[in-house]
Amino acid sequence: MDFSLTQEQSLLKGSISKYLANDYDFRERRSIATSELGFSAEHWARFAELGWLSVPFDEAIGGFGGAVEDTAVVLEEFGKGLVVEPYLATVLLAGQLLARSGRADLVRSIIDGDLHCAFAGLERQSRQNFHDVTTTAVEVANGFSLNGTKVLVMNGIAAQKLVVTARTSGAQFDENGITLFVVDAQATGITKTAIRSMDGSRLANIRFRDVVVPSSAILGELNLAAALLSPVMLEARIAVCAEAVGIIDLLCSKTVAYSQTRTQFGVAIGSFQALQHRMVDMLMAAQQSRSILYRAICEYQQGDTSAPATIAAMKALIGKHGRYVGEEALQLHGGMGITDELDIGHYVKRLMVLNHLFGDTDASLREFCRAAYCT
Amino acid sequence: MQTLFSEQDIAFQNEVRQFLVDNFSTELSERIQSPATFKSGVIEWQKILHKKGWVAPSWPVEFGGTGWSDTQKFIFDNERARLGIPVTNPFGLKMVAPVIQTFGSADQKARFLPRILASDDWWCQGYSEPGAGSDLAAVKTRAVRNGDEYVVNGAKIWTTNAHLADWIFCLVQTDPNATRPQQGISFLLIDMTSPGIKVNPIISIDGRHSLNEAEFNEVRVPVTNCVGEENKGWTYAKALLAHERTVIAGVADATRDLNLVKAHASKELVDGRPMLDEPDFQRRLAEIEIELMALEYTELRVLAAVATGGSPGAESSILKIKGTEIQQAIQTLMMDVAGVFGSALADDLSGDDLGHDFGDRARVRYMYGRAATIYGGSNEVQKNIIAKAILGL
Repeated sequence: MDFSLTQEQSLLKGSISKYLANDYDFRERRSIATSELGFSAEHWARFAELGWLSVPFDEAIGGFGGAVEDTAVVLEEFGKGLVVEPYLATVLLAGQLLARSGRADLVRSIIDGDLHCAFAGLERQSRQNFHDVTTTAVEVANGFSLNGTKVLVMNGIAAQKLVVTARTSGAQFDENGITLFVVDAQATGITKTAIRSMDGSRLANIRFRDVVVPSSAILGELNLAAALLSPVMLEARIAVCAEAVGIIDLLCSKTVAYSQTRTQFGVAIGSFQALQHRMVDMLMAAQQSRSILYRAICEYQQGDTSAPATIAAMKALIGKHGRYVGEEALQLHGGMGITDELDIGHYVKRLMVLNHLFGDTDASLREFCRAAYCT
Repeated sequence: MQTLFSEQDIAFQNEVRQFLVDNFSTELSERIQSPATFKSGVIEWQKILHKKGWVAPSWPVEFGGTGWSDTQKFIFDNERARLGIPVTNPFGLKMVAPVIQTFGSADQKARFLPRILASDDWWCQGYSEPGAGSDLAAVKTRAVRNGDEYVVNGAKIWTTNAHLADWIFCLVQTDPNATRPQQGISFLLIDMTSPGIKVNPIISIDGRHSLNEAEFNEVRVPVTNCVGEENKGWTYAKALLAHERTVIAGVADATRDLNLVKAHASKELVDGRPMLDEPDFQRRLAEIEIELMALEYTELRVLAAVATGGSPGAESSILKIKGTEIQQAIQTLMMDVAGVFGSALADDLSGDDLGHDFGDRARVRYMYGRAATIYGGSNEVQKNIIAKAILGL
């Protein structure tokens, strides 16, 4: 067994953490998050130059050829730096769906930093079930016509290409009968509503009204989106958990540091046993979160049949511990914790968003129970 | 990052599994579980392991260890737990032996280690006292030098299986004037047949007898039975406590116990349907199982760190706290699966007479299991240790 970073991973981790420490401090991040675009095109271009946008893509198409554990290294550091750039939407969701359906042309543009994408999967009623699809794609003379509304699409405003799920056959909840289309975001019939997220990122509700795309816009095979979505969503859940683990670690260390400088009753509050024990509980939650992340990565990469259940377990545990550590960090920072000025609240908000992405604790526990106890 | 077993590891796993299946009989298992035959059963099993050369995986090869890699030790322990085979008696093999190996004299090594390895001596641990529990440095049992002997007076408490033991290793006070109490403590090996030792049973909350109070009244102990230097005992004991806490985590055994809960819950019917199908029960089970899945990797991470030269220091405290919390949570589940039968004392009744076959054991495990968050340094003390050693508070 081996949990150490490879030399390449250490270099990657070091280069990201150094960059974020030097060029992406909290003040910079705040001004980026409140800018009109909601992320920085300049930083994105530098992410591309430094090769970070290429990490999960095959070497054959100009990628770094990384595995899930490499992406996890990137996301953990991004978590610590509270990076608001749409890496998840462009590289890990849309990018992976494009890569797995052979669209090397578009992937190269993503790697170069020239193309922003979004994955438009969820609808008002679907919560986090990507198989609950009412958006329709009906075959027409020159391709397919899309109708429906996708909600809270990450990076939906800046994206030049949208990867959309639409029902081409079957009923609303059927896993089969869903098809993925790659659609130009400027296509006729698309209207967008820009929405700000609590974590500073930008979302969009996107309405498709008689949007006609050619058959070549289909990713993978007609009706078989589930086969493409399945591995991409498993990997995306590992990625968001890696980001959460980075944030959880950081909240623990920031809370400990604060408790050593904040004095009350003439002593550092970190000298109070009641608070020490709470910080130890935070540390244990952080360690358990990292352990289940590593377990999910190992089982997934080793192709274990238990991997999907373990990924659900990971999502449930990290969602639970993330909320716990976040709430404790707020409490132990006292009044300062609940200000917008301090970064703590911003980390907590990002953790809350990550918990709800791709299945929150409750949904993931149900999924784990189905896999583990219903035979 | 990977946790794949090599081909050699898989071959080793098969060899271990085969050996354990062939040699640990149901009959032996029953004898170990019955209080009257507990000691002879344990010794018989340990002698079987010793004959195979597998009784002391944690020992250096020069003293009779197996020379296994950390992965092999992990495999062995998992296979053992999976088959429901108890751990070896830790007080000799895992607790006093490393201290003797590291700090003992050549004579002490030659005299004690082979007998521990062969299970010829049964050891117990004399740490806690009526006035020194988690605050172990407060020991008051005095050892006063008199020529070639110490004269020991005082009392030890919670001494597991002292009534079965041949020897006890003790922390005793040898310098009451030391600036810090930790600097006046020595590590003494005492023959339980020495005149002046009286063992009083303590019946525990499970209705059984494993705990004792051991009184020492003018007990004479040769000076040659002091391990290492006089007044350095605290340092030696501390080195050992990290081991103890890793042992207590019991991840592999918790996995087996959790599987037992599932097996029973799939047979127990609620309104005619298996308890395991109840969503409320599933959720409770899942929350515990997932923490255990994580803890298994926390343990692997600690093992991997040790394998590359780290030491099981304060991290072992995390394992102890989480491990014991999970053990207790599983015992609670098992009590709830047993339901009203958990309160029925089996006494001499058979499972058929009683109408139930796991309630009695569920209760014994649950009740005695409360001790796990207390012994080995209470979990609250572990948190103090982590706050100081890891968080730097």
